[in-house]
Amino acid sequence: MKKDKILISGNEAIAQGAIDAGCNFYAGYPITPQNEIIAYMSKHMADSGGVSIQAESELAAISMVYGASAAGARSMTSSSSPGISLKQEGISYIAGAQLPAVIVNIMRGGPGLGNIAPSQSDYFQATRGGGHGDYRLIVLAPASVQEAYELTRLSFDLADKYRIPVMILGDGILGQMMEPVELRPKTKTIPQKSWALSGCRGRKPNIVKSFFLREGALEEFNKTLQKNHQIISKNEIRFEEINLSGAKVVLVAYGTMARIAKSAVAKLSSNGKKVGLIRPISLWPFPKTAFNSKDKKLKYLTIEMSAGQMVEDVRLAVNGRNPVEFLGRSGGGVPTEEEIINKVKKLL
Amino acid sequence: MTERIIIAGSGGQGVMLLGKVLAETAMLEGKQVTYLPAYGPEVRGGTSHCMVTISDEEIGSPYISQADTLIILNNPSLEKFKGKLRNKGLLILNSSLAKSESSGKTCLCQFPFTDMAIKLGNIKVANMVALGCYLSARKTLKINDVLQVFKIMAPAGNLRILEINEQALAEGAGLNHG
Repeated sequence: MKKDKILISGNEAIAQGAIDAGCNFYAGYPITPQNEIIAYMSKHMADSGGVSIQAESELAAISMVYGASAAGARSMTSSSSPGISLKQEGISYIAGAQLPAVIVNIMRGGPGLGNIAPSQSDYFQATRGGGHGDYRLIVLAPASVQEAYELTRLSFDLADKYRIPVMILGDGILGQMMEPVELRPKTKTIPQKSWALSGCRGRKPNIVKSFFLREGALEEFNKTLQKNHQIISKNEIRFEEINLSGAKVVLVAYGTMARIAKSAVAKLSSNGKKVGLIRPISLWPFPKTAFNSKDKKLKYLTIEMSAGQMVEDVRLAVNGRNPVEFLGRSGGGVPTEEEIINKVKKLL
Repeated sequence: MTERIIIAGSGGQGVMLLGKVLAETAMLEGKQVTYLPAYGPEVRGGTSHCMVTISDEEIGSPYISQADTLIILNNPSLEKFKGKLRNKGLLILNSSLAKSESSGKTCLCQFPFTDMAIKLGNIKVANMVALGCYLSARKTLKINDVLQVFKIMAPAGNLRILEINEQALAEGAGLNHG
């Protein structure tokens, strides 16, 4: 009998992961399907010595995170698709000010107010920065409740290490689903932030801003941002691969979709079909290096809960060497195992 | 072994709790498990459901498009979900509020869970009568482990709640499946 695990939802695992990573500031505004995050933070942050605020709006919440991060806090906000759109101004400012922050998007159907069903249609927004200006976020996509916990913890470390906002990108199923999770001891040492606005008695004042009016200053600053992006692109690629050797069709899927794809791979493999799976875990940087097959007959099949977004990154990575097919459903539809199997059989 | 269960009833009948007890018990037994609740605007009197998958192997989709078992507590839920039961699947049905003809396609266990719960003195434990009935028909998990989970989940200091749930589970488990 196992007693060291607890049964919690993806949303709760993200919240507990943040607390265990030493998050000491959270601000959010309720929206389905991520309400358990704000509820959990409201209930538990005070016990761990942190601050949790239900802000008056999404804009206020992200701006509070901007301020808290500038002051050196490990800070987080969370929302779902329409709310994340509202936060984009603040996210751009945080990126422009080179501040660490963790932003959680538990995606629902869009565009507009959409619906509350699971979706993956914010991939473009997440991986291209989302707001105005030349910037990126590190984007991590968990596929299980345990991984939601682990990647949330990791996201705080990456945010501090590279001084960049990190997004956890999940969908309604991941947020709502409960699975057994094993928690780890809390992070004890959090790196000192010499750049933080922590009071300048006895030292030179620090400046945190995203405003560079002098001629050439912004171009110069943006080069440092781009350089940081290059280092991250080299160091922080994460993905899982299954059954790639000898595969005739390789499925590409992330998050909840990857779990369904994995079931399809298992079923097809047990019938002797040569099918593999690449599951990007970091969506930015995108794991381009995973798409390096020398077999020209190999076909990739990207599967998404969207009308086709990640498939563009797959095509960029494959760069014309292999055919890249797509299977997707939009507006809250979830491609089923049977749909995947039927599509693969047509490709084989 | 993989068992996919959809539990559905009216909001207020405790279908979420039933699903959570199953999931907690599966976890206690060291099995893989996913629990996916409906998170829309479910209300008292409408339909509400959750999906529980229990397996010895890694679980793919937590969403169930074809169930091995349906546990159904009211008629609107039967209408909504009967199409999702696989051929020869198990249907546990609350005949106090819904009825179904037996056919060769399903393995049907229908008993008046709500009336049995009322006789026990608390209409709310109809869900646990249904759980007992399911576990004696399918034996996915051990009744003793469910009792352990009751002790963990029951509100502290209210022995009567624990007792009546234990009674309800035993009543359900004692039903004759023929």
